[in-house]
Amino acid sequence: MPGFDFSNFNRNAALHARGVPLPKATSTGTTIVGCVYDNGVVIAADTRATSGPIVADKNCEKLHYIAPKIWCAGAGTAADTEFTTALISSNVELHSLSTGRDPRVITCMTMLKQHLFRYQGHIGAYLVVAGVDPTGVGLYTVHAHGSTDKLPYVTMGSGSLAAMSVFESMWQPDLDKEGAVTLCAEAIKAGIFNDLGSGSNVDVCVIEKDKPTNLMRNYEKPNERGLKERNYRFPRGTTAWLNQKIISKEDMKKYVTIETLSGDDNLAEKMEVDS
Amino acid sequence: MASMLDHSTGGQTVGYSFSQSAAAPVKQHGFYPYTDNGGSTLGITGSDFAILAGDTRSTSGYNINSRMVPKVFKIGGDEETGEGAHIILSVVGFAADGNALKERLDSVVKMYKYQHGKPMSVSACAQRLSTILYGKRFFPYYVTAILAGLDEEGKGALYSYDPVGSYEREQCRAAGAAASLIMPFLDNQVNFKNQYIPGSGEGHALQAKKAEPLPQDHVKQLVRDAFTSAVERHIEVGDHLQMLIATKDGIEEVFHPLKKD
Repeated sequence: MPGFDFSNFNRNAALHARGVPLPKATSTGTTIVGCVYDNGVVIAADTRATSGPIVADKNCEKLHYIAPKIWCAGAGTAADTEFTTALISSNVELHSLSTGRDPRVITCMTMLKQHLFRYQGHIGAYLVVAGVDPTGVGLYTVHAHGSTDKLPYVTMGSGSLAAMSVFESMWQPDLDKEGAVTLCAEAIKAGIFNDLGSGSNVDVCVIEKDKPTNLMRNYEKPNERGLKERNYRFPRGTTAWLNQKIISKEDMKKYVTIETLSGDDNLAEKMEVDS
Repeated sequence: MASMLDHSTGGQTVGYSFSQSAAAPVKQHGFYPYTDNGGSTLGITGSDFAILAGDTRSTSGYNINSRMVPKVFKIGGDEETGEGAHIILSVVGFAADGNALKERLDSVVKMYKYQHGKPMSVSACAQRLSTILYGKRFFPYYVTAILAGLDEEGKGALYSYDPVGSYEREQCRAAGAAASLIMPFLDNQVNFKNQYIPGSGEGHALQAKKAEPLPQDHVKQLVRDAFTSAVERHIEVGDHLQMLIATKDGIEEVFHPLKKD
């Protein structure tokens, strides 16, 4: 069955009526921006994901792929931005295969707004859609309820006011690529430093006519963590334990198949951890 | 949770209804006199000193009111410089109440000195602060206070409070927005909770690591690490770290920068 599963609705409504709160979704606070320039469009985002006042992810990716030359910045409920952009990306590719043409930004925006309007705002995705297509450069905002805007520079999320203050004081109609990138980065930084819902790093994506799209992950890192002053490694044997049992590899082979891998570090992507 | 899901209560089987109540609801005007200004504080004592620290960010919602609003105060000193004070107080929660409480305790400590001709002891001040807080039992000062100084033997003393005056002398305490992040760290690093001496025994005979007063520079490092870490994971903590250190020579104040995002 395609679409959403509503089989828990009645149970959840009953629980809610008895005072059980809804589980908290991640990230409503965000700063995302977009800005057109003479030969393309730039979008940018901060990298903080929050759950209430707690930082859930210090370096998340809010710039989503839709098509090679159409990208989307998402604010609102993290899962909703991720799944709607993935869904529309999928349909856009099928559409382009069926028509034999490159996808258009306005098509993408229309598919997004129709999808979001159908769900009456319950899908909490607030998006900045940008790209270049055969008709030229496109930059739109899409709100969770389905309304859209087409503007030369846009901001969204809880840091949108801070970011817009930068655009309103520095934007000019004849920006070049470098100018648009720095302006977008400045706008995101205004959000990072003045809005508590936004923080950490700046991600930038440049989509230019007749050039491959350039996603600059962590374009600026203005919030590196300082070194800790003490070392918090515990001496071996610090943790109490009551008994131990060692199962040899030979014994384990009775129950499972064991395959030994090489100790190559590049085998799996290394996890990002604090020192 | 169990009681919420208990179907037998009140003989009801369904706890919700789609029918609208016939009478129009009475409109009520509301005024909520409190706001949460975020931030966090922390205090640790040693054998001959006490440290109170707090970040200097003041927030409301997702906004920053100011990046420099101190939460730690000298009590009973000079009006401008705080000179001559020997007691320190940190307040976190509702900043307006925090200021009002600080002003009140400050004048109490001063009046004590004028009337008795000797400085108020930290234990007496601690008891008085409890009385002040309980005096507003039904319209509380919306703050978590920590009071610190040196006791009559010259040892570090620290008292922590709830908003209505319940208090206790402790070795260390974290309060405010990031208290739940910092306090477990302090339990482990100051009181050595969940730490055992390696090889000191088998099973239940394994000996727990005993807590003992830490040297001052060690404590300062713990405070700075606690705050830089809290800044990483709590959005309301940041900007600057303010530290007040009470020793027999008086009170030293230091500031450190924290991340501003």
